[in-house]
Amino acid sequence: MYNYYLIIVLAPLAAAIIAGLAGKQIGRAGAHWVTSIGVGISCALSLLVLKNMFWGGAEAENISVYTWAVTDGLRMEVGFLVDRLTALMMCVVTFVSFAVHIYTIGYMREDPGYQRFFSFISLFTFSMLMLVMSNNFLQLFFGWEAVGLVSYLLIGFWFKRESAIFANLKAFLVNRVGDFGFILGISGVVMFTGSLDYATVFGAAEAVAGQSIEVLPGTPWNAMTVICILLFIGAMGKSAQAPLHVWLPDSMEGPTPISALIHAATMVTAGIFMVARMSPLFELSTTALGFVIIIGAVTAFFMGLLGIVQNDIKRVVAYSTLSQLGYMTVALGASAYSAAIFHLMTHAFFKALLFLAAGSVIIAMHHEQDIRKMGGIRKYMPITYWTALIGSLALIGFPGSSGFFSKDLLIEAVKESHWHQGATMGDQVTYWIAYLSVLLGVFVTALYSFRMFFLVFHGKERMSKEEKAHLHETPAVVTVPLIMLAIPSAAIGWFTVGPVLFGDYFGDAIYVSHAHDVLAHMGEAWHGSLGLLTHAFMTPVFWLAAAGVWVAWFLYLKRPDIPATIQGKVSGLYNLLDRKYYFDDLYIKGFAAGGRNIGKFLWQKGDELIIDGILVNGTANTVARLAGVMRHIQTGYLYTYAFAMIIGLTMLLGWLIWLR
Amino acid sequence: MIGLQHYLTIAGMLFVLSLAGIIINRKNLILLLMCIELMLLAVNTNFIAFSRFLGDETGQVFVFFILTVAAAEAAIGLAILVVLFRNRRSIAVQELNTLKG
Repeated sequence: MYNYYLIIVLAPLAAAIIAGLAGKQIGRAGAHWVTSIGVGISCALSLLVLKNMFWGGAEAENISVYTWAVTDGLRMEVGFLVDRLTALMMCVVTFVSFAVHIYTIGYMREDPGYQRFFSFISLFTFSMLMLVMSNNFLQLFFGWEAVGLVSYLLIGFWFKRESAIFANLKAFLVNRVGDFGFILGISGVVMFTGSLDYATVFGAAEAVAGQSIEVLPGTPWNAMTVICILLFIGAMGKSAQAPLHVWLPDSMEGPTPISALIHAATMVTAGIFMVARMSPLFELSTTALGFVIIIGAVTAFFMGLLGIVQNDIKRVVAYSTLSQLGYMTVALGASAYSAAIFHLMTHAFFKALLFLAAGSVIIAMHHEQDIRKMGGIRKYMPITYWTALIGSLALIGFPGSSGFFSKDLLIEAVKESHWHQGATMGDQVTYWIAYLSVLLGVFVTALYSFRMFFLVFHGKERMSKEEKAHLHETPAVVTVPLIMLAIPSAAIGWFTVGPVLFGDYFGDAIYVSHAHDVLAHMGEAWHGSLGLLTHAFMTPVFWLAAAGVWVAWFLYLKRPDIPATIQGKVSGLYNLLDRKYYFDDLYIKGFAAGGRNIGKFLWQKGDELIIDGILVNGTANTVARLAGVMRHIQTGYLYTYAFAMIIGLTMLLGWLIWLR
Repeated sequence: MIGLQHYLTIAGMLFVLSLAGIIINRKNLILLLMCIELMLLAVNTNFIAFSRFLGDETGQVFVFFILTVAAAEAAIGLAILVVLFRNRRSIAVQELNTLKG
């Protein structure tokens, strides 16, 4: 399998290099062929690896490929840890990436940066694979930063747009905040275990959990809690959890294919994957899990609310992504790692689908993104309509769709989690915050998804006459990926939910301590997918979702005049949501402006005044001024010098004769 | 009886005179050169007087050296002076202040 792994990783890299460096020579068609083939090979081999794992019973493999450096006993290696968790992630990443490659051929057809774009998305696939296949923290960090870099490059792909440059800088800076925590977490791991290798670190985890660390003098904290929270801060940056979520909605400035690939399906889930991968560490710190679940709950509910007031088609989907990432994080905090990964997988399919469908609408509308100017597109774009419907139903958890299995069971897992069993007040508060957030989030999710769906595809046609004349279904390179993604969005839940959540699919890849093992507990009452489906209509989840859809239908199709009235009545609340809880204002006016002011102060006072003004130029000016006085002694006349010499000579002689 | 102090007095007077010439003279560069020569002669007189009264011939040998050097110096000095005059059409000391700061 070793060669397979190398090919999986290196094929996209090679394609990216060819398309990037020789883009001119191979031309536009060459660029999309070479990258699509590279990612296609990766995808096929990943599926093969998954098949061997799942049906072939292949064991997890931990391979060291190359030792980069050894310093003071610390080995820095490139290596692959391919177990069932990794295999699943590899398939999700390469499959969505492959679909996006094809889609891009249609979406970017007229863009002058065609080859560059393909090079970047292939490079992204390589980076993401390095991240998920890593067997050590250093390579994880490499992948983590590499995907961040590519994300930066792609958000600012249209680098002539001011807003795109603003958005990519914002994404980069916010991610630095998260990465700062992440690298501190890795440093903590190295400090306590002396190793970067997963296996060694996980083996030593118990010992670390017993130690404490004094971050602030005099207050010892549990070492594992500190490490886990720091690592999770990294995940908060990458997976856009509140309060580090602000970059994700702005990242929609990038082209739609990368919104689907990077900012919905894969890169933003890197944080979720990382926490699941670190489950042996997180399981040892209940405090860290509490932190995780609260952050996730806040993100899941409050970011969903923002989706209701957005008018940009991509931003609605972006806020929905934030909210769904919050769901996954809640599952992590409830120790239901498998449920988080399962939701990650289904989400990758249906959210990529929704983004690509949104992109398809955007192409047809000639890059108009305001949903208030759409409406009734259903009859012009049937394929996009049906695939978007499948995506939206999956997103709200319509019974039978993939999202239904993942989200329903995720909420169930939170309900049954160890937080609910906990005896202390704190446990109960945490439980209720998390449970209510994910439960009410269902209603919110249904409301904003179908608000967008109805506004775009149904109702009155609000676009201009000329636009309507040009409106038609997008070409096959766009619709085929939609169908490719619609199939797993609709169906993958049926046959994967049993093995992934309740079977022993993950095996040793994810560790859950016995007391926290909510999924095993739920597994005792598991009667197969069909059983769950028959129960679906009795759970509050279904009725909340149905209520959300109904409200959306009532407000935006039946009585379109009502939303404006509501907006006028609760303008305070509306403004709060419209301004995104003022997070952007706080960061831009608070931190960014504050940072700039400190910089300006140091520049003007410290550098220009003290160093330049006083130390450097000041010294020179003093010398010049002194010389200006001294030069008057130099008359240039011979007799003055002679006179000075005589005086000097006389004084010297006088000193020699009388004073010595 | 003419003693050592008389010679020294003469030499001292000559020296001070030439010094005064250097400091006071503002017109003529040739005068300056002559004053320098005169200074050297004053020193020579000292050498000879000491040589005679101490009975040591080294002083007289020294005088020969000084005379030789003085002759060379006068030649070079005059040459420079001629070139200077050609360039500036003047040898007035008070006009030679190119070194003024």
